[in-house]
Amino acid sequence: MARLNINGKFLDVDVEEDTPLLWVIRDHVGLTGTKYGCGVGQCGACTLHVDGVATRSCALPVSAVTADQKIVTIEGLGADKPHPVQEVWAELDVAQCGYCQVGMIMAVSSLLAQNAKPSEDDIRSEISNICRCGTYPRVLAGVQLAAQRMAANKG
Amino acid sequence: MNTKTLSRGDVAPSSVSRRGFLAGAAAASFVLGFTIPPRMSAAAQEATAEVNAWVVIHPDDSIQIRIARAEMGQGSLTGLAQLVAEELECDWSKVGFDLVSPHENLKRGKVWRDMSTGGSRAIRGSQEYVRTAGAAARSMLVQAAAQGWGVKPEECTVAKGVITHAASKRSTTYGAVAAAANKIAPPAQVQLKDPRTWTIAGQPLKRLDTRDKLNGSLVYGMDIRLPGMLVAIPKACPVHGGKLKSFDAAAVSKMRGVKHVLRVDDETVAVVADTFWRAKTALDALPVVWDEGDNAKVSSETIAAKLRDGLSAETNFVGNKTGDAKVVLAKASRVIEADYSFPYQNHAPMEVMSATIRWTPERCEMWGPTQVAEAALEAVAAASGLPIESCVVHPMRIGGSFGRRLVTDYVRIAVLIAKQIPDVPVKMMWTREEDMVQGRFHPVTQCRMRAALDQAGNVEALHMRISGQSIMAYMRPSVMTANGDPIAFQGLMPGGAEMAIGYTFPNLLIDHAMYNPHVRPGAWRGVNLNQNAVYLECFVDELAHATGQDPLAFRRKLMANHPKHLAVLEAAAKGIGWDSKPPAGVYRGLAQVMGFGSYVAAAAEVSVTKGRLRIHRIVAATDPGHVVNPQQIEAQIAGSFVYGLSAMLYGECTVKDGRIEQENFDSYNVMRLDEMPEVKVITVPSGGFWGGVGEPTIAVAAPAVLNAVFAATGKRVRNLPLKNIDLGTS
Repeated sequence: MARLNINGKFLDVDVEEDTPLLWVIRDHVGLTGTKYGCGVGQCGACTLHVDGVATRSCALPVSAVTADQKIVTIEGLGADKPHPVQEVWAELDVAQCGYCQVGMIMAVSSLLAQNAKPSEDDIRSEISNICRCGTYPRVLAGVQLAAQRMAANKG
Repeated sequence: MNTKTLSRGDVAPSSVSRRGFLAGAAAASFVLGFTIPPRMSAAAQEATAEVNAWVVIHPDDSIQIRIARAEMGQGSLTGLAQLVAEELECDWSKVGFDLVSPHENLKRGKVWRDMSTGGSRAIRGSQEYVRTAGAAARSMLVQAAAQGWGVKPEECTVAKGVITHAASKRSTTYGAVAAAANKIAPPAQVQLKDPRTWTIAGQPLKRLDTRDKLNGSLVYGMDIRLPGMLVAIPKACPVHGGKLKSFDAAAVSKMRGVKHVLRVDDETVAVVADTFWRAKTALDALPVVWDEGDNAKVSSETIAAKLRDGLSAETNFVGNKTGDAKVVLAKASRVIEADYSFPYQNHAPMEVMSATIRWTPERCEMWGPTQVAEAALEAVAAASGLPIESCVVHPMRIGGSFGRRLVTDYVRIAVLIAKQIPDVPVKMMWTREEDMVQGRFHPVTQCRMRAALDQAGNVEALHMRISGQSIMAYMRPSVMTANGDPIAFQGLMPGGAEMAIGYTFPNLLIDHAMYNPHVRPGAWRGVNLNQNAVYLECFVDELAHATGQDPLAFRRKLMANHPKHLAVLEAAAKGIGWDSKPPAGVYRGLAQVMGFGSYVAAAAEVSVTKGRLRIHRIVAATDPGHVVNPQQIEAQIAGSFVYGLSAMLYGECTVKDGRIEQENFDSYNVMRLDEMPEVKVITVPSGGFWGGVGEPTIAVAAPAVLNAVFAATGKRVRNLPLKNIDLGTS
């Protein structure tokens, strides 16, 4: 049994403690926005936030997460209104197949929460999610535009 | 505080919609189920009308355009809708889409034509009939309005879905007359617009299928949840062609959540459980004995040795022949020779193989991704043991595919599992490891290039011997000819509208010695164009350097008879500033090719510092004849460099003891954002033909960069991938 705080709700799930958080969220909680890509923390399709930090959930056992840690999935990110990163992603038509983009958006939104003005080098080194369609140029432009937007909204 | 205890299946969101959101604010509440409703009841038809097979118009003027080709990220869904909407003259902000199902297509006499999606054909292979359908629907809608008013259709005009009869100052909308239009016979002939007058097609419109990709609500095949559904994970003999000897089901059947441990076929076992993780845990623990057979003796080294033999073997498979290259080479005073190789590659789409099946003795239904919906339907019928009329396939939007789902191996396996668990929906999912090992690999080849040069540095003869695996011999043996695999010579053919060589040599021989290892090949985005372009474009660069000529000037001499090939090369060269000096430490390379009906070229700028390659900038030029959506072409071309350069830098599947060794992204690396060069896309559509866009540019990515690497280091990289090569100072 594990108690988790997912998107602001406490949930008790009856799972083996070695179950990766990804599969708890997909198969037991029923939120399928977080994707399986590799299962070994390489590709980032499974990225979600744990206390605001981008975390790859496919190789993270559920037992490593406690009830006082706040988990946010893509479903929770823009639940009230779309996150600026989601808005910019729509504006620049970033997604191709889209499968990796939920993880990409979670990684980017976490980066911008911690580094409001990332340099191009910061973005290139911090965002290591795999996209096989090759959306990287628009991802790069999207992070920069989202950073500008978020700064303007604050100011 | 909200606290709730969940057990599996408690949360059941899955009303899966294959219907897309509308582009505009009219995006209302179309949450439909899986199927396109067949011909509706009269009452329902009053409300919502199918004007023809491609166009459905609702009373609120919202429009569903039917899409028969698979969407896997390449964006053809939007391009096809643009082509229909252009001729329909509707309001683009009211356009949504709906995916066609192959069983409906079959029932309706293939009204949606070919659903297969490969060879960069989605747009160019359907443009004429989808435009015709849009124009026909427009004509029927106008006629319906005119009839209602008692006026002549020719007196009516249309703008953005509003029909106007100016003389009587009356107007109406498509939504109001759609039901009446449905009863009007389609016109015998329509006049398609001149692309130069397009206002919807040809424009850089946003994709129609974006919104649900950004908030996690898009249900991919992997995401399906049905009441009572089980999850199956298969494992096939890791040595292709090997057999499943035995497995000890009892060792895992008591594990939590495990429902079934099954023999799927001669070579595959599967564990079926209530969740993915429980199925995977049990499968990992399952003792399995394989009969790997003789293929277990094969390795990358034994394959390479066979391919080397093929470099000088006799062969009858000739792709292109002018004069007598062999004789000229034998007599030549100067011969340049080089051997190249290109390894196996896995498609590695982000979404691994999956299919959800519900089998009953009467009916078999599949939900899942496929690039060949009709072949998937046939595969479901064959594996289910049911007549095709009792089978249903719901194609879904795909999380990347790149050619992998042109084969239906995973569909068959899914059905064979579900068939053993009647009435229960079973979602078969592969692990990444299974996906990597049971791929349908980019074929392995080697190539021997030989050129005879005269005193002035002109090429008198060229012999290009490709030695290696045929895709079609495995994938579609029925298309093999006395001349071998018809697509082995992509980019090298003497002429034609699909894959013609861009050079003229006075004596030329391009031939293929076929050797087919047991590793199963497939059509990997770009297919045989990829290695053929590396071989030819790098070797042409070698010849330019061997004769002390500028690579662009040297190519110009060989390309005089190939103006379209040359035009894109000139555009790329101009874009990179070929005539001016690059910045200090930066070096340039070029490549061009024709494939999938389009002409493409690339110019790259790189630097190599202490053996470390950095790709700074690439300028790509493309002539696809017509441009349907320039910003999507830009996305496809930039993405092509990621795919092509991933292969060049890292892509390599090696064979040991008959098995593919790379099982995940830790050993099969791909390019990430940190290595992405700046890509500038130049589109030079010359009109008069329709070429594909999704694939051809991949083929110029590697040779343009490799030629720049030579300029930077003096090292010729002839064996990919680059990760195995030391570029340190020589």
